[in-house]
Amino acid sequence: MKSLERRDGNPVVKALIYFVCIFLAVLSLFPFFIMVINATRSTTQIQQHAVSLIPSHYLLNNFAVFNGKTFNPGQGFINSLIIAVGSTACLVYFSSLTAYAIVAYEWKLRNAFFTLILCVMMIPAQVTSIGFYQMVYKVHMANNFLPLILPSIAAPSAVFFMRQFMLASFPMELLDSARVDGSKEFMTFNRIALPIMKPAMATQGIFSFVSKWNELFIPSILLTDSTKATMPIMVSLLKGDIYKTEYGCVYLGLTLTALPLFVVYFALSKYIIAGVALGGVKG
Amino acid sequence: MQLKKRTFSYAKYGYLFSIPFIVAYAIFSLYPTIYTAILGFTDCKGLGNTNWHFLTEEPFKNFDLILHNESFLLSLKNTFLIWIINFIPQILLALLLSAWFTSRRNKIKGQGFFKVVFYLPNIITASTIAILFSALFAYPKGPVNDLLINLGLRTEAYNFDVHGNAVRGIIAFIQFWQWYGYTMIVLVSGILGINPEIYEAAEIDGATDSQCFFHITLPNLRTILIYTLITSMIGGLNMYDIPKVYLNGGPNNATLTTSVFIQKQAFSGSYMYNRAAAASMIMFIIIAACSAVVFFLMRDKKGEQH
Repeated sequence: MKSLERRDGNPVVKALIYFVCIFLAVLSLFPFFIMVINATRSTTQIQQHAVSLIPSHYLLNNFAVFNGKTFNPGQGFINSLIIAVGSTACLVYFSSLTAYAIVAYEWKLRNAFFTLILCVMMIPAQVTSIGFYQMVYKVHMANNFLPLILPSIAAPSAVFFMRQFMLASFPMELLDSARVDGSKEFMTFNRIALPIMKPAMATQGIFSFVSKWNELFIPSILLTDSTKATMPIMVSLLKGDIYKTEYGCVYLGLTLTALPLFVVYFALSKYIIAGVALGGVKG
Repeated sequence: MQLKKRTFSYAKYGYLFSIPFIVAYAIFSLYPTIYTAILGFTDCKGLGNTNWHFLTEEPFKNFDLILHNESFLLSLKNTFLIWIINFIPQILLALLLSAWFTSRRNKIKGQGFFKVVFYLPNIITASTIAILFSALFAYPKGPVNDLLINLGLRTEAYNFDVHGNAVRGIIAFIQFWQWYGYTMIVLVSGILGINPEIYEAAEIDGATDSQCFFHITLPNLRTILIYTLITSMIGGLNMYDIPKVYLNGGPNNATLTTSVFIQKQAFSGSYMYNRAAAASMIMFIIIAACSAVVFFLMRDKKGEQH
């Protein structure tokens, strides 16, 4: 302990570290700060001084312009919510079930199956999107949310994560005692295994929700009907000609799409940061 | 006999509970993958067309055309270029920050706050970020141009959007800005996982902070660094949202990435599903080669742990 105290850090170095960290924190927050402030300012004000630290009072005017165009943020919000909630529910439940099958039972192809999951974990959906699009188009399921939700039943990286969690913290004796009590296997999973999996389900659920909410590529090729558009698709329209001269309105649109994510993030930041750190350890 | 029968009867639940995963994977991933591979050898094109015939004369025609397509080659170059100019500063900054945050000599206060703020850009929708930055870099009146002029760095506004390298730089910066926080958190948790006794022993021997970093931290982080490198590369090779929304691959295809190229081939112009499929398969092979490297290295790590 003595040696630690003696070698306490150099104050100059410490000051430098804080300076860099504060600079980076400003760099992270400043773009969003400008976005929120400019959402309350008129286009003329923004054209005169693009950066301002003081909000103005044009928020309602901007909203009126914004709502009068083709953009229907309420609908987009609901569409995104259906897709994100639906696929997160599928991912969390079925990944737990698959991990349970791998951990709780001894079966011949178990190791082969797990190796397969590891192998396909890295394949991104983007490279097979053409075949996916053609398949969905052929069965007339474009502009339907199911092709965006159901693929989450098979989420290799979530299964991997759940398996690691189960191996570390699932007491197998519980299964035996449940069997002695006459519980059916599927019931045992739902009633006993699932509640124990809650922390892992929460971590995977948050990440699945955020990534589904933000997804652009696959939804943008499948959902061509404007009433089915998700938030990211609508946001990408903000660059279109009709908004070219409405700066305040563009900033407001961006703020509205980012707002739900800010709320979720700051409410759950503790779990999110812990989840990111866990993801690194697994690698 | 009785016992044997019992374990066998439980084994069937292993198969049973894996069925949803296997069925969903087969329908939504395996089949589309095979379908994409097949489409690369066909004449399938035209909006909404699902009829096609194999190219019996020259089966590899689409692959040949794509590999000689200047836009595709440019998009490969752009993708790697944008990835590299984002990744090198990203990993260096993340390493520096993680060394500072885990330093035994300088206890940094507010680490939780800094982590939350550095990671924030990562969870905001990429299309929102792309539009936000294009508004920030707007010409002739935009926040960045305003700042440059007010700080006296420039006398007149700079039109970023017409200069290919400027837009590449902006997109690489956005990637860097969104991802260094993630990389830092992963590295910090990696460093905290290193046995503290090694550091204590080094300190007793009088090692300096930088000696500890280069001789203990870096070698022990090897697998995590390689994992970060490969996952970032796979993500980078699929870069789509930011370049697509920022300027649709422009100006003059300077930010056309391979994913944007594939999307444009398949869903605009003459709807060349076959060529887009061929380009996808080429990317698939490049990504599979990278994944093979990951698994090779991950297997190594498991061996060490046992």
